[in-house]
Amino acid sequence: MNDAAPFEVLVDAALVNNFVLAYFLGICPFLGVSGRVATATRMGAAVTFVMLLSASAAHGLDLLLAAIGAPYLRLVSYVVVIAALVQLVEMFVRATSPALFRALGIFLPLITTNCAILAVALFQSQRGYGFVQCLAFAAGAGLGFTLALVLMAGLRERLELSSVPDVARGAALTLVLAGILSMAFMGFGGLGVEGAR
Amino acid sequence: MSSGDDFVKGLWRENPVLAMLLGMCPTLAVTNSAANGLAMGLATAGVLAVSGLFVSATRRVVPRAVRVATWILVIATLVTAVDYLLQAAAPDVHRRLGAFVSLIVVNCLILGRAEAFASRNAVPAAVLDGAGMGAGFTLALLAIGSVREVLGSGTWFGLAVLPDGFARFAVMLLPAGGFLTLAAWLLAVNALRTRRRAGTAPEGLAR
Repeated sequence: MNDAAPFEVLVDAALVNNFVLAYFLGICPFLGVSGRVATATRMGAAVTFVMLLSASAAHGLDLLLAAIGAPYLRLVSYVVVIAALVQLVEMFVRATSPALFRALGIFLPLITTNCAILAVALFQSQRGYGFVQCLAFAAGAGLGFTLALVLMAGLRERLELSSVPDVARGAALTLVLAGILSMAFMGFGGLGVEGAR
Repeated sequence: MSSGDDFVKGLWRENPVLAMLLGMCPTLAVTNSAANGLAMGLATAGVLAVSGLFVSATRRVVPRAVRVATWILVIATLVTAVDYLLQAAAPDVHRRLGAFVSLIVVNCLILGRAEAFASRNAVPAAVLDGAGMGAGFTLALLAIGSVREVLGSGTWFGLAVLPDGFARFAVMLLPAGGFLTLAAWLLAVNALRTRRRAGTAPEGLAR
Protein backbone atom coordinates (compact mmCIF):
# COMPACT_ATOMS: atom_id res chain seq x y z
CA MET A 1 0.00 0.00 0.00
CA ASN A 2 1.00 3.57 -0.61
CA ASP A 3 0.20 6.18 2.04
CA ALA A 4 0.82 9.43 0.15
CA ALA A 5 -1.74 12.22 0.58
CA PRO A 6 -4.10 12.46 -2.42
CA PHE A 7 -3.16 16.10 -2.98
CA GLU A 8 0.54 15.18 -3.21
CA VAL A 9 -0.30 12.48 -5.74
CA LEU A 10 -2.23 15.03 -7.80
CA VAL A 11 0.54 17.64 -7.81
CA ASP A 12 3.16 15.00 -8.57
CA ALA A 13 1.25 13.67 -11.57
CA ALA A 14 0.33 17.10 -12.92
CA LEU A 15 3.56 19.07 -12.50
CA VAL A 16 6.58 17.27 -11.08
CA ASN A 17 6.25 14.16 -13.22
CA ASN A 18 4.11 15.57 -15.99
CA PHE A 19 2.84 12.71 -18.13
CA VAL A 20 3.82 14.27 -21.42
CA LEU A 21 7.01 16.11 -20.53
CA ALA A 22 8.59 13.72 -18.03
CA TYR A 23 7.14 10.30 -18.93
CA PHE A 24 6.65 10.83 -22.68
CA LEU A 25 3.12 9.46 -22.56
CA GLY A 26 0.53 10.69 -25.03
CA ILE A 27 3.14 12.09 -27.40
CA CYS A 28 1.08 11.29 -30.51
CA PRO A 29 -1.84 13.60 -29.62
CA PHE A 30 0.71 16.03 -28.16
CA LEU A 31 2.33 16.38 -31.58
CA GLY A 32 -0.87 15.84 -33.57
CA VAL A 33 -3.55 18.04 -32.02
CA SER A 34 -1.52 20.80 -30.44
CA GLY A 35 -1.95 23.16 -33.40
CA ARG A 36 -4.75 25.30 -31.91
CA VAL A 37 -5.43 26.25 -28.29
CA ALA A 38 -9.19 25.57 -28.61
CA THR A 39 -8.81 22.00 -29.91
CA ALA A 40 -6.03 21.29 -27.42
CA THR A 41 -8.31 22.28 -24.52
CA ARG A 42 -11.13 20.03 -25.73
CA MET A 43 -8.81 17.09 -26.28
CA GLY A 44 -7.37 17.59 -22.80
CA ALA A 45 -10.84 17.65 -21.23
CA ALA A 46 -11.87 14.47 -23.05
CA VAL A 47 -8.68 12.66 -22.03
CA THR A 48 -9.01 13.74 -18.38
CA PHE A 49 -12.59 12.47 -18.27
CA VAL A 50 -11.71 9.07 -19.77
CA MET A 51 -8.66 8.81 -17.47
CA LEU A 52 -10.86 9.24 -14.38
CA LEU A 53 -13.29 6.58 -15.59
CA SER A 54 -10.69 4.06 -16.72
CA ALA A 55 -8.55 4.47 -13.60
CA SER A 56 -11.57 3.72 -11.38
CA ALA A 57 -12.46 0.76 -13.61
CA ALA A 58 -8.87 -0.52 -13.49
CA HIS A 59 -8.89 -0.20 -9.71
CA GLY A 60 -11.98 -2.41 -9.56
CA LEU A 61 -10.51 -4.85 -12.08
CA ASP A 62 -7.40 -5.26 -9.93
CA LEU A 63 -9.53 -6.38 -7.01
CA LEU A 64 -11.40 -8.80 -9.24
CA LEU A 65 -8.25 -10.26 -10.81
CA ALA A 66 -6.63 -10.63 -7.39
CA ALA A 67 -9.76 -12.44 -6.18
CA ILE A 68 -9.72 -14.98 -9.02
CA GLY A 69 -5.90 -15.19 -9.01
CA ALA A 70 -5.28 -14.28 -12.63
CA PRO A 71 -2.84 -11.32 -12.66
CA TYR A 72 -1.58 -12.30 -16.12
CA LEU A 73 -4.93 -11.15 -17.53
CA ARG A 74 -4.29 -7.59 -16.32
CA LEU A 75 -3.04 -6.04 -19.54
CA VAL A 76 -5.59 -7.77 -21.77
CA SER A 77 -8.51 -6.83 -19.51
CA TYR A 78 -7.34 -3.21 -19.13
CA VAL A 79 -7.18 -2.80 -22.88
CA VAL A 80 -10.63 -4.28 -23.41
CA VAL A 81 -12.19 -2.22 -20.60
CA ILE A 82 -10.66 1.04 -21.86
CA ALA A 83 -11.83 0.40 -25.42
CA ALA A 84 -15.34 -0.44 -24.18
CA LEU A 85 -15.41 2.64 -21.90
CA VAL A 86 -14.44 4.98 -24.72
CA GLN A 87 -17.16 3.47 -26.86
CA LEU A 88 -19.73 3.92 -24.05
CA VAL A 89 -18.69 7.51 -23.41
CA GLU A 90 -18.99 8.22 -27.12
CA MET A 91 -22.54 6.80 -27.25
CA PHE A 92 -23.52 8.62 -24.05
CA VAL A 93 -22.20 11.99 -25.22
CA ARG A 94 -23.83 11.58 -28.63
CA ALA A 95 -27.21 10.86 -27.03
CA THR A 96 -27.16 13.54 -24.30
CA SER A 97 -25.24 16.43 -25.82
CA PRO A 98 -24.91 16.54 -29.62
CA ALA A 99 -23.13 19.91 -29.38
CA LEU A 100 -20.38 18.47 -27.18
CA PHE A 101 -20.18 15.43 -29.44
CA ARG A 102 -19.55 17.62 -32.48
CA ALA A 103 -16.94 19.58 -30.54
CA LEU A 104 -15.06 16.44 -29.48
CA GLY A 105 -15.53 14.87 -32.89
CA ILE A 106 -12.74 12.52 -33.89
CA PHE A 107 -10.89 12.89 -30.56
CA LEU A 108 -13.01 10.39 -28.66
CA PRO A 109 -12.16 7.26 -30.69
CA LEU A 110 -8.52 8.37 -30.86
CA ILE A 111 -8.34 8.24 -27.08
CA THR A 112 -8.48 4.43 -27.19
CA THR A 113 -4.92 4.30 -28.49
CA ASN A 114 -3.65 7.08 -26.24
CA CYS A 115 -0.93 5.43 -24.19
CA ALA A 116 -1.41 7.94 -21.34
CA ILE A 117 -4.78 6.37 -20.49
CA LEU A 118 -3.41 2.84 -20.25
CA ALA A 119 -0.40 4.16 -18.34
CA VAL A 120 -2.62 5.74 -15.67
CA ALA A 121 -4.31 2.36 -15.19
CA LEU A 122 -0.99 0.47 -15.08
CA PHE A 123 0.85 2.93 -12.81
CA GLN A 124 -1.95 3.13 -10.24
CA SER A 125 -1.89 -0.64 -9.82
CA GLN A 126 1.94 -0.79 -9.83
CA ARG A 127 2.21 1.85 -7.10
CA GLY A 128 -0.55 0.33 -5.00
CA TYR A 129 -2.72 3.44 -4.75
CA GLY A 130 -5.96 3.33 -2.75
CA PHE A 131 -9.18 4.43 -4.47
CA VAL A 132 -8.98 8.13 -3.48
CA GLN A 133 -5.29 8.30 -4.42
CA CYS A 134 -6.12 6.59 -7.69
CA LEU A 135 -8.75 9.26 -8.53
CA ALA A 136 -6.32 12.04 -7.55
CA PHE A 137 -3.65 10.44 -9.74
CA ALA A 138 -5.98 10.26 -12.75
CA ALA A 139 -7.13 13.87 -12.23
CA GLY A 140 -3.52 15.06 -11.90
CA ALA A 141 -2.39 13.15 -14.96
CA GLY A 142 -5.28 14.58 -16.98
CA LEU A 143 -4.61 18.13 -15.79
CA GLY A 144 -0.92 17.77 -16.59
CA PHE A 145 -1.69 16.42 -20.05
CA THR A 146 -4.10 19.32 -20.72
CA LEU A 147 -1.58 21.85 -19.44
CA ALA A 148 1.21 20.51 -21.66
CA LEU A 149 -1.09 20.39 -24.70
CA VAL A 150 -2.39 23.94 -24.22
CA LEU A 151 1.07 25.40 -23.59
CA MET A 152 2.37 23.68 -26.71
CA ALA A 153 -0.57 24.89 -28.80
CA GLY A 154 0.05 28.47 -27.64
CA LEU A 155 3.71 28.20 -28.66
CA ARG A 156 2.87 26.68 -32.03
CA GLU A 157 0.31 29.38 -32.84
CA ARG A 158 3.05 31.97 -32.39
CA LEU A 159 5.55 29.88 -34.30
CA GLU A 160 3.46 29.93 -37.47
CA LEU A 161 4.20 33.63 -37.86
CA SER A 162 7.97 33.32 -37.57
CA SER A 163 10.30 32.31 -40.37
CA VAL A 164 11.96 28.95 -39.93
CA PRO A 165 14.46 27.12 -42.18
CA ASP A 166 12.79 24.52 -44.40
CA VAL A 167 14.52 21.49 -42.90
CA ALA A 168 13.38 22.32 -39.40
CA ARG A 169 9.71 22.89 -40.22
CA GLY A 170 7.27 20.38 -38.74
CA ALA A 171 8.05 17.67 -36.25
CA ALA A 172 11.71 18.54 -35.59
CA LEU A 173 10.91 22.06 -34.43
CA THR A 174 7.96 20.89 -32.33
CA LEU A 175 10.28 18.44 -30.58
CA VAL A 176 12.83 21.16 -29.83
CA LEU A 177 10.03 23.20 -28.27
CA ALA A 178 8.90 20.16 -26.28
CA GLY A 179 12.46 19.72 -25.02
CA ILE A 180 12.58 23.31 -23.80
CA LEU A 181 9.14 22.96 -22.15
CA SER A 182 10.33 19.78 -20.49
CA MET A 183 13.38 21.60 -19.10
CA ALA A 184 11.08 24.33 -17.76
CA PHE A 185 8.96 21.69 -16.00
CA MET A 186 12.08 20.30 -14.31
CA GLY A 187 11.81 23.41 -12.15
CA PHE A 188 8.86 21.79 -10.41
CA GLY A 189 11.23 19.07 -9.19
CA GLY A 190 11.80 21.05 -6.00
CA LEU A 191 8.18 20.81 -4.87
CA GLY A 192 9.13 17.93 -2.60
CA VAL A 193 6.34 15.43 -3.13
CA GLU A 194 8.61 12.41 -3.71
CA GLY A 195 6.50 10.34 -1.35
CA ALA A 196 3.73 10.33 -3.95
CA ARG A 197 5.34 7.60 -6.03
CA MET B 1 6.95 -5.20 -54.78
CA SER B 2 9.65 -7.80 -54.24
CA SER B 3 9.80 -9.69 -50.96
CA GLY B 4 13.18 -8.17 -50.17
CA ASP B 5 11.68 -4.71 -50.39
CA ASP B 6 9.00 -5.57 -47.82
CA PHE B 7 11.83 -5.88 -45.32
CA VAL B 8 14.16 -3.15 -46.49
CA LYS B 9 11.65 -0.30 -46.74
CA GLY B 10 11.27 -0.19 -42.95
CA LEU B 11 14.97 0.43 -42.44
CA TRP B 12 15.23 3.83 -44.08
CA ARG B 13 12.62 4.93 -46.63
CA GLU B 14 9.63 4.27 -44.38
CA ASN B 15 11.49 4.14 -41.08
CA PRO B 16 8.74 4.20 -38.45
CA VAL B 17 10.43 6.72 -36.16
CA LEU B 18 12.55 8.90 -38.42
CA ALA B 19 10.22 9.08 -41.43
CA MET B 20 6.69 8.30 -40.19
CA LEU B 21 6.88 9.52 -36.57
CA LEU B 22 5.08 6.49 -35.17
CA GLY B 23 5.61 4.96 -31.75
CA MET B 24 6.98 8.11 -30.16
CA CYS B 25 6.31 7.25 -26.51
CA PRO B 26 8.72 4.29 -26.11
CA THR B 27 11.12 5.96 -28.52
CA LEU B 28 11.70 8.77 -26.06
CA ALA B 29 10.94 7.18 -22.72
CA VAL B 30 13.42 4.31 -22.54
CA THR B 31 16.31 5.57 -24.67
CA ASN B 32 18.52 7.01 -21.93
CA SER B 33 21.02 4.26 -22.75
CA ALA B 34 21.85 2.30 -25.88
CA ALA B 35 21.15 -1.06 -24.22
CA ASN B 36 17.65 0.01 -23.12
CA GLY B 37 16.86 1.27 -26.62
CA LEU B 38 18.05 -2.00 -28.14
CA ALA B 39 15.99 -4.11 -25.71
CA MET B 40 12.85 -2.06 -26.28
CA GLY B 41 13.37 -2.16 -30.04
CA LEU B 42 13.79 -5.94 -30.10
CA ALA B 43 10.73 -6.52 -27.89
CA THR B 44 8.63 -4.32 -30.17
CA ALA B 45 10.05 -5.97 -33.30
CA GLY B 46 9.12 -9.41 -31.98
CA VAL B 47 5.54 -8.34 -31.26
CA LEU B 48 5.33 -6.65 -34.68
CA ALA B 49 6.45 -9.69 -36.65
CA VAL B 50 4.26 -12.17 -34.77
CA SER B 51 1.21 -9.90 -34.83
CA GLY B 52 1.78 -9.49 -38.58
CA LEU B 53 1.63 -13.28 -38.88
CA PHE B 54 -1.63 -13.53 -36.91
CA VAL B 55 -3.37 -10.61 -38.56
CA SER B 56 -2.42 -11.74 -42.04
CA ALA B 57 -3.36 -15.39 -41.42
CA THR B 58 -6.83 -14.44 -40.12
CA ARG B 59 -7.52 -11.63 -42.57
CA ARG B 60 -10.28 -13.55 -44.41
CA VAL B 61 -11.88 -14.91 -41.21
CA VAL B 62 -12.23 -11.82 -39.02
CA PRO B 63 -15.20 -9.58 -39.96
CA ARG B 64 -14.17 -6.00 -40.79
CA ALA B 65 -16.42 -4.51 -38.10
CA VAL B 66 -14.56 -6.16 -35.22
CA ARG B 67 -11.08 -6.27 -36.75
CA VAL B 68 -9.43 -3.62 -34.59
CA ALA B 69 -10.83 -5.14 -31.38
CA THR B 70 -9.56 -8.57 -32.43
CA TRP B 71 -6.09 -7.26 -33.26
CA ILE B 72 -5.85 -5.38 -29.96
CA LEU B 73 -6.62 -8.61 -28.11
CA VAL B 74 -3.99 -10.51 -30.11
CA ILE B 75 -1.42 -7.76 -29.54
CA ALA B 76 -2.21 -7.51 -25.81
CA THR B 77 -1.74 -11.28 -25.47
CA LEU B 78 1.59 -11.17 -27.32
CA VAL B 79 2.79 -8.25 -25.21
CA THR B 80 1.86 -10.07 -22.00
CA ALA B 81 3.93 -13.01 -23.25
CA VAL B 82 6.91 -10.76 -24.06
CA ASP B 83 6.56 -9.09 -20.65
CA TYR B 84 6.78 -12.43 -18.81
CA LEU B 85 9.55 -13.68 -21.14
CA LEU B 86 11.65 -10.60 -20.43
CA GLN B 87 10.99 -10.89 -16.71
CA ALA B 88 12.28 -14.47 -16.76
CA ALA B 89 15.20 -14.06 -19.17
CA ALA B 90 16.49 -10.59 -18.30
CA PRO B 91 15.07 -9.29 -15.01
CA ASP B 92 17.48 -6.32 -15.03
CA VAL B 93 16.26 -5.07 -18.38
CA HIS B 94 12.67 -5.71 -17.34
CA ARG B 95 13.09 -3.56 -14.25
CA ARG B 96 14.66 -0.70 -16.19
CA LEU B 97 11.97 -0.66 -18.89
CA GLY B 98 9.22 -0.95 -16.27
CA ALA B 99 5.65 -0.32 -17.41
CA PHE B 100 6.85 0.63 -20.88
CA VAL B 101 6.95 -3.03 -21.89
CA SER B 102 3.20 -3.26 -21.23
CA LEU B 103 2.72 -0.02 -23.11
CA ILE B 104 3.91 -1.69 -26.34
CA VAL B 105 0.20 -2.58 -26.71
CA VAL B 106 -0.73 0.99 -27.52
CA ASN B 107 2.29 1.64 -29.73
CA CYS B 108 0.50 3.05 -32.77
CA LEU B 109 3.17 1.47 -35.00
CA ILE B 110 1.86 -2.06 -34.35
CA LEU B 111 -1.82 -1.32 -34.96
CA GLY B 112 -0.81 0.89 -37.88
CA ARG B 113 1.07 -1.92 -39.66
CA ALA B 114 -1.77 -4.36 -38.94
CA GLU B 115 -4.27 -2.03 -40.61
CA ALA B 116 -2.07 -0.69 -43.40
CA PHE B 117 -0.15 -3.81 -44.40
CA ALA B 118 -0.73 -7.14 -42.65
CA SER B 119 -4.51 -7.17 -43.19
CA ARG B 120 -4.01 -6.75 -46.95
CA ASN B 121 -1.07 -9.01 -47.72
CA ALA B 122 -0.07 -12.68 -47.66
CA VAL B 123 1.57 -14.15 -44.56
CA PRO B 124 5.24 -14.14 -45.69
CA ALA B 125 5.06 -10.52 -46.85
CA ALA B 126 3.32 -9.48 -43.62
CA VAL B 127 5.95 -11.15 -41.42
CA LEU B 128 8.77 -9.60 -43.47
CA ASP B 129 7.13 -6.19 -43.22
CA GLY B 130 6.75 -6.56 -39.47
CA ALA B 131 10.36 -7.67 -39.07
CA GLY B 132 11.61 -4.84 -41.31
CA MET B 133 9.61 -2.18 -39.50
CA GLY B 134 10.77 -3.67 -36.20
CA ALA B 135 14.39 -3.55 -37.36
CA GLY B 136 13.98 0.08 -38.44
CA PHE B 137 12.40 0.89 -35.11
CA THR B 138 15.26 -0.84 -33.26
CA LEU B 139 17.85 1.06 -35.32
CA ALA B 140 16.20 4.40 -34.55
CA LEU B 141 15.97 3.61 -30.82
CA LEU B 142 19.60 2.49 -30.83
CA ALA B 143 20.63 5.72 -32.59
CA ILE B 144 18.83 7.90 -30.04
CA GLY B 145 19.96 5.79 -27.08
CA SER B 146 23.60 5.88 -28.22
CA VAL B 147 23.69 9.67 -28.51
CA ARG B 148 22.06 10.10 -25.11
CA GLU B 149 24.28 7.56 -23.37
CA VAL B 150 27.55 8.77 -24.90
CA LEU B 151 26.89 12.45 -24.17
CA GLY B 152 25.07 11.89 -20.88
CA SER B 153 27.20 9.28 -19.12
CA GLY B 154 30.26 9.06 -21.38
CA THR B 155 29.70 5.34 -22.01
CA TRP B 156 28.33 3.19 -24.83
CA PHE B 157 26.73 -0.11 -23.82
CA GLY B 158 28.44 0.43 -20.47
CA LEU B 159 31.95 0.85 -21.95
CA ALA B 160 33.70 4.13 -21.27
CA VAL B 161 34.23 5.95 -24.57
CA LEU B 162 34.87 9.55 -23.53
CA PRO B 163 37.93 10.84 -21.61
CA ASP B 164 37.42 11.59 -17.92
CA GLY B 165 37.96 15.32 -18.46
CA PHE B 166 34.88 15.54 -20.70
CA ALA B 167 32.00 17.25 -18.92
CA ARG B 168 28.91 15.02 -19.16
CA PHE B 169 25.72 16.57 -20.51
CA ALA B 170 23.43 15.78 -17.59
CA VAL B 171 20.44 17.01 -19.58
CA MET B 172 20.80 14.13 -22.05
CA LEU B 173 19.73 11.61 -19.42
CA LEU B 174 16.71 13.73 -18.45
CA PRO B 175 13.43 13.76 -20.39
CA ALA B 176 14.39 17.01 -22.15
CA GLY B 177 17.41 15.25 -23.66
CA GLY B 178 15.11 12.70 -25.30
CA PHE B 179 13.12 15.40 -27.08
CA LEU B 180 16.25 17.27 -28.15
CA THR B 181 18.09 14.16 -29.41
CA LEU B 182 15.12 13.01 -31.49
CA ALA B 183 14.76 16.55 -32.87
CA ALA B 184 18.45 16.54 -33.83
CA TRP B 185 18.13 13.16 -35.59
CA LEU B 186 15.03 14.34 -37.46
CA LEU B 187 16.88 17.47 -38.56
CA ALA B 188 19.83 15.41 -39.80
CA VAL B 189 17.60 12.96 -41.69
CA ASN B 190 15.52 15.78 -43.19
CA ALA B 191 18.63 17.63 -44.32
CA LEU B 192 20.06 14.48 -45.90
CA ARG B 193 16.85 13.69 -47.75
CA THR B 194 16.38 17.24 -48.94
CA ARG B 195 19.90 17.30 -50.33
CA ARG B 196 19.47 13.93 -52.03
CA ARG B 197 16.47 14.97 -54.03
CA ALA B 198 17.52 18.58 -54.49
CA GLY B 199 17.56 18.03 -58.27
CA THR B 200 14.01 16.74 -58.57
CA ALA B 201 12.12 18.70 -55.93
CA PRO B 202 13.93 21.78 -54.62
CA GLU B 203 11.07 22.75 -52.28
CA GLY B 204 10.73 19.19 -51.06
CA LEU B 205 10.58 18.32 -47.43
CA ALA B 206 11.52 14.87 -46.27
CA ARG B 207 8.04 13.98 -45.09
